[in-house]
Amino acid sequence: MLSEQVREKTDRELKKYPPDRKQSAVMSALRFIQDEKGWINTEDMADVAAYLDMPQMSVYEVATFYNMYNLKPMGRHTLTVCTNLSCQLVGATETLNYIKNKLGIGVGEVTADGKFGLREGECQNVCDEAPLFMINNKKTCGHLTKEKIDQILAELDKE
Amino acid sequence: MINIEIDGKHIEVENGCSVIDAADRLGIYIPHFCYHKKLSIAANCRMCLVQIEKAPKPLPACATPVAEGMKVFTASEQAVKAQKGVMEFLLINHPLDCPICDQGGECELQDLAVGYGGSASRYSEEKRVVLHKDIGPLVAAEEMSRCINCTRCVRFGTEIGGATELGQAFRGEHAEIMAFMSDTVDSELSGNMIDLCPVGALTSKPFRYSARTWELSRRKSISPHDSLGSNLAVQVKNNHVMRVLPIENEDINECWLSDKDRFSYEGLNSTERLTKPMIKQGGKWLEVEWQVALEYVTNGLRQIVHKAGAEHIGALATPHSTLEELYLLQKLVRGLGSHNVDFRLRQSDFSADSKQTGAPWLGMAVADINHVDRFLLVGSFLRKDHPLLASRVRQATKKGAQVNLIHATDDDLLMPLANKEIVPPTEMTTVLAQVLKALAITKQATLDTSVQEAVQSVTLSASAQAMADSLASGERVAILLGNFAQQHPQASQLQLLAQHIAALCGATFGFLGEAANSVGGYLAQAVPFVGTAHGMNASTMLAAPRKAYILLNVEAELDTHNPQQALAAMNAADMVVALSAYKHHATEYADVLLPIAPFTETSGTFVSSEGRAQSFKGTVQPSGEARPAWKVLRVLGNMLNISGFDYNNSETVRDEALGSADVSAKLGNILHGMTAQATTWNVAELQRVSDVPIYAADAIVRRAASLQKTRDAATPRALMHSVELTKLNLKPGEMVKLTQGHGSARLTIIADDSLPHGIVRVAAGHAITAELGAMFGDIMVDRA
Repeated sequence: MLSEQVREKTDRELKKYPPDRKQSAVMSALRFIQDEKGWINTEDMADVAAYLDMPQMSVYEVATFYNMYNLKPMGRHTLTVCTNLSCQLVGATETLNYIKNKLGIGVGEVTADGKFGLREGECQNVCDEAPLFMINNKKTCGHLTKEKIDQILAELDKE
Repeated sequence: MINIEIDGKHIEVENGCSVIDAADRLGIYIPHFCYHKKLSIAANCRMCLVQIEKAPKPLPACATPVAEGMKVFTASEQAVKAQKGVMEFLLINHPLDCPICDQGGECELQDLAVGYGGSASRYSEEKRVVLHKDIGPLVAAEEMSRCINCTRCVRFGTEIGGATELGQAFRGEHAEIMAFMSDTVDSELSGNMIDLCPVGALTSKPFRYSARTWELSRRKSISPHDSLGSNLAVQVKNNHVMRVLPIENEDINECWLSDKDRFSYEGLNSTERLTKPMIKQGGKWLEVEWQVALEYVTNGLRQIVHKAGAEHIGALATPHSTLEELYLLQKLVRGLGSHNVDFRLRQSDFSADSKQTGAPWLGMAVADINHVDRFLLVGSFLRKDHPLLASRVRQATKKGAQVNLIHATDDDLLMPLANKEIVPPTEMTTVLAQVLKALAITKQATLDTSVQEAVQSVTLSASAQAMADSLASGERVAILLGNFAQQHPQASQLQLLAQHIAALCGATFGFLGEAANSVGGYLAQAVPFVGTAHGMNASTMLAAPRKAYILLNVEAELDTHNPQQALAAMNAADMVVALSAYKHHATEYADVLLPIAPFTETSGTFVSSEGRAQSFKGTVQPSGEARPAWKVLRVLGNMLNISGFDYNNSETVRDEALGSADVSAKLGNILHGMTAQATTWNVAELQRVSDVPIYAADAIVRRAASLQKTRDAATPRALMHSVELTKLNLKPGEMVKLTQGHGSARLTIIADDSLPHGIVRVAAGHAITAELGAMFGDIMVDRA
């Protein structure tokens, strides 16, 4: 069952579309679930399918197509490091390696305390701030240096 | 119309036509993988790139609509360079395992790689690996690395099958075809995905690694299962049916086959095949020579005619028997002086006999279904009983057709329903009477006296009114009575009401015949009423046991409306002669078993629901000493000295059976001299509703091993509304004892709140329910 909160938000989305095109709200519904619990499992997808009256497989197609949906638990703070071209040119690989070493995890992994998850991501459209990462797909942190990373992680650690 | 030029050839096509379609009409082949004429356009394989004048780069022919004056070059330097480029990309990740690939020799990728591929790959890096999937017992997805992601299978499921069971998950290099949560593909049309797959990713599980395509000879045949009459290509190696594929026939099965038609061939090679004539002596079965067995039969029949009278002989056949077999069976029985012959074994209401203008049929051509804009389906498990016909109705709904359903169960038809009335069988006539009443009011028509009384007594419900409005607003309306309506105890009442509804809204009305020869049986006169003579029908023949029965393809406990009664009659008979392709339960009650040939081993004719007589030849030699049933019956006729049994071939039997007149002249659904009754029959607290599961409907599919592993062939369970369960203090999942008459069956009970109250849904045609009584009627449920 989708939580009341997710259903409420999805209903608001549904108002944007014709009543026989309920599946248009699938991306929003998946996003709401991820906002709520950090990731989306297959039961959630089946619930979304039932709620939006669409095939389960179609929900799965959407959820697996888009990079920003987490298909497994990714920790309380998911850091998504952009590794596309602009970031690469200014040292995204070093940034990624630094975070890997600091957290002691690889890409796609979560720290043992469940606080941090690390992902590789695609271009965020703010290449002037490269290298950069996003926190929980919501907040972009650019112009990353080792010091800045240490500072951000320390702040997140306190939360 | 639009004028275009392809490779210098001029053609005029309609607006909206794609370049690939236009080229096809000119006989110009454009290489392609994802394009399929029956599916939506995906344009994702890019193989059909062609050069178009004034376009800056090659365009996909499948997704490019024609435009006035367009000049297309399919084999220019630019086009061929593009096609070769695409092929190189497609082959980058495709494994070079053709020698061990089941698709080898009939692979579209292999064929086109010969024409457009390089002789060696420039790509030396690692190829991608896609893990194998288990998607059920029919379609093998064991080598998904071969997949080129054309998505034909996905589009087939969504667009033709009506359910998106497969999809393309992930993206880019990681994209793969899979089912949600490793589910199985349960569509009754799933086998078509194997045909559609242009590579060896989806292959036939039963056929895999058993033969190469070039070793097989291909012979035409006709499906012996449902009443559509699908055209089959039976592929044979060493006198053995190896697989069955569709033969394209746009008017019948298009380019598809239902899984039942495609995979039932496994039943032909079953170990249960009866290969020698057998006689029971002193309670033991002995294998004997044909001559001995036939003499035993003729002597037995003669004695019974002599001692008890010819009316003590009864003949029952399944509607899956050929026209020739049915014709000779009735001729034999009538030659002995009896009129007790019938093929309508699951029917229970015979009051329409000899009141009908002809053989009940579809009332229209199958191909016309796609153009109907309003349907009224009465009593039909449409998807399971008529898979491809259901697909045609589904296509019609996509063009805006409205489907109205009156039925006792609410199975998902995988298509939108405009209105539905799910009612107990006892109320089906009432609902039809309501629709008729509403239509009469709308159209301000005076009803015929034969239905007036029944209509007056009903009060209109909102949904009946909605159905009437839906039907009245249509231009091409069809009212179709399904298997359930034909097996219904008030079948003729339903027919009469449907007939009058059809008359009011200018609809065609007809029957979705239960089996391959449901129309043919009437034409062969394998019915008890011919001219003025009246014998006993399938029901009375079993209710008042005869001394001798001749069974043609019949498994008495599975093929009849009331298996309990049928078995009792068989057990009480002095002599039961079973003509069967299989050794089955008849060994308990029969005295003689005569091995006959199934449809692949005999010539014959099936007359489909639309009244199309299709003859076929045998594709392999009969197994063991089995013989075509028409030959067995011919010899029996000769030995019994019945005149007119000197046939040289099955064609002469067919010509005699069909007569000189056109088949269409013998068809007719209109009832005369019947009155619709306002009353229904009295029922106890619970009544039974039966479906015949798709893979339990006839002797061949019952023995098709792979089909029997599908979800549709799972052990039947009893279904009831949860309110009824609570009343009986039962919990879903419990074992219950179902009792009808003196027999009972033990099944798991399941809650199904889409069923009307007072109903227990129990499958018929299955060994587990063979002890029960009639398909409709009172039933008791207790905790087991």
